[in-house]
Amino acid sequence: MGAQIFSAVLAIVLGVGGCVVYFYGANKLVDIIFPSRGVSGAAAIDNLRRQGLIRPWLFIGPALLILTIYLIYPVVNTVITSFQNKAGEGFVGVANYQWALGDREFQNSIFNNLLWLLVVPAACTFLGLIIAVLTDKIWWGTIAKSLIFLPLAISFVGASVIWKFVYEYKGDGQVQIGILNAIVQGFGGAPQVWISMPFWNNFFLMVILIWIQTGFAMVILSSALRGIPEETLEAAVIDGANPFQIFWKIMIPQIWGTIMVVWTTITILVLKVFDIVLTMTNGQWNSQVLANLMFDWMFRGGGDFGRGAAIAVVIMLAVLPIMIWNIRQANKEGGL
Amino acid sequence: MAQASGSSAGKSSFGRWGVHLAVLFFVVIWTIPTLGILVSSLRDKDQIIASGWWNSFFSSSQTQAGRLAPASAQQEKDGKFVIEGNIFETPGASQISAFGTRAQQPTAYEAGSVADLGDGETLQVNADGTYVHTSAKAFEGERGQRVYYASTVPPRFTTENYQTVLFSEGIGRSFLNSLTVTIPATVIPIMIAAFAAYALAWMRFPGRALLIAVIIGLLVVPLQMALIPLLEIYNGVGNLFGVPSKTYLGIWLAHTGFGLPFAIYLLRSYMAGLPRELMESARIDGASDFEIFMKIVLPLSFPVLASFAIFQFLWVWNDLLVAMVFLGSGNDQLVLTGRLNALLGSRGGDWEILTTSAFVTIIVPLIVFFSLQRYFVRGLLAGSVKGG
Repeated sequence: MGAQIFSAVLAIVLGVGGCVVYFYGANKLVDIIFPSRGVSGAAAIDNLRRQGLIRPWLFIGPALLILTIYLIYPVVNTVITSFQNKAGEGFVGVANYQWALGDREFQNSIFNNLLWLLVVPAACTFLGLIIAVLTDKIWWGTIAKSLIFLPLAISFVGASVIWKFVYEYKGDGQVQIGILNAIVQGFGGAPQVWISMPFWNNFFLMVILIWIQTGFAMVILSSALRGIPEETLEAAVIDGANPFQIFWKIMIPQIWGTIMVVWTTITILVLKVFDIVLTMTNGQWNSQVLANLMFDWMFRGGGDFGRGAAIAVVIMLAVLPIMIWNIRQANKEGGL
Repeated sequence: MAQASGSSAGKSSFGRWGVHLAVLFFVVIWTIPTLGILVSSLRDKDQIIASGWWNSFFSSSQTQAGRLAPASAQQEKDGKFVIEGNIFETPGASQISAFGTRAQQPTAYEAGSVADLGDGETLQVNADGTYVHTSAKAFEGERGQRVYYASTVPPRFTTENYQTVLFSEGIGRSFLNSLTVTIPATVIPIMIAAFAAYALAWMRFPGRALLIAVIIGLLVVPLQMALIPLLEIYNGVGNLFGVPSKTYLGIWLAHTGFGLPFAIYLLRSYMAGLPRELMESARIDGASDFEIFMKIVLPLSFPVLASFAIFQFLWVWNDLLVAMVFLGSGNDQLVLTGRLNALLGSRGGDWEILTTSAFVTIIVPLIVFFSLQRYFVRGLLAGSVKGG
């Protein structure tokens, strides 16, 4: 235990110290090799130009190296692995994808993922927008927002425990300690095992992600709403628009770009959702999703890397349109 | 105009009350689940299953079964055989309201009354648990009479659950492991990302636009894409040098890699927004890029560095997937999220363990979140609104 703390402290010192030494040292080295001071004018200009060519790559080098090892190479490699066999060696063509198309669990995952994609981003954005509009009008809005925002700090596993407790089931007629079943029983209904009802259990799992992500949508949309020029609202009021018209025809169009951003951000998150399904049902009772299925195949019975990689590629393909849209958007804004 | 703008916010007091009530509704829905585990983690473990946590501030009533003392404890008094004692092992903890001797009618007699059990047998159970069992004939058998009773238990709050999970369920050790993973994984990417972000924001070089596009692209790459090849690399390196493949160093670097695109993106868009004149006047004064970065850009970027640090901290602390792939499941490497996941499997119904463990795992993010909410929100806005 002591060794563990020591190694963590050492890692921080070495990590930060290493960065400082590298950046400072590399920078000094360039200055020494291509001096710009104390040499003739022409040589100085020449050396400055060379420095200008090298220095950006010194600054960006470590980041580029790590990104290449940890993201760029693996992405390429995963695509290749998806055409290989169980051990990730022999080439098997599209066999893994063929297997996936015919696999009942994979089909179920695709169906569930689509369900998640339809419901969660829409619900988060819609609820976030409503709460943002409402909380802007009251004096305790900031406190309310903090409380709704709070689940964003909670891990998916923690949230799963929290909601498992909400959904807890005890036999009919017994004292219910899960609040949902207590309410159902209070109204005279029969308690249910919510997370093992095929099809509907998807929605009970989605509630968890909606609960976490609505705060995110709310904060972003709330700030966008504040950015709406006051004059446009006042003009609408003078023209006799009612609050609903103002909301739908004046406010929504002006924050449409932000709504799309929130929507796509949550969409990406939904495609990667893993922890909630793993901890709540582990894919049982027809609640499997792609990310959990992929994890399953990585380690199931020693692992089938080919199939796991094929599932990862499917997730990647779903994200691809958003990625392209993002890059285009950044390009348009002059970010590049 | 004042009159006009007033009407847009809902002019009737009915409408205003509606807004308050609607917000209150959302706040209650959003808070209740978390409140449930917080309250439960402080409750006595028997009470958690006896009543819903929302009843925890009231006395709970429960029907229980107990046994009187066996025949060997009987004494002869005035020609009758008498067994006396207390149903409760720890008298005083709860109060009996009614009792009975048959499972079908566990509350047939009021506490304190003398029940006639037939055959000259009587039983009196008092509210404090003391009882007198009498019979005309001698009691027989090794086991005492079975008694059912309804008892009211006053609310009892305790920190016992916390002691249990911290010291005997391994949560304490996992807490330390989580810190070991999180702090270096938060600190290391900052410097690396800051230099790269400066180069991408303020230095001119060929390929810059392409690099920025690549980083924006990497922002949304699913983590899943990286896992299998990295696992293979780690296993390969482990075999080659004869070292374990699952190490803290491995996970620090992995989190650094996965956090870098967002870090570079966030820092770059902030740095690009700094005033150009600042850089140019410094350059005219003969400052190099290195000096400009260290003396001007880095200090000015403090708010966005803080934003990123909070994001990375929360993300690493709350991560389960990366930890499950790159760390072992032994006591010395299992992080909090992994431990909680394991407990969900092994201690499925033990809510005193689960709620308390869950609260321990979320307490650190909550503290970070509440104390640094300002930076967190700023990072959120900068990270998503500008470029999506």
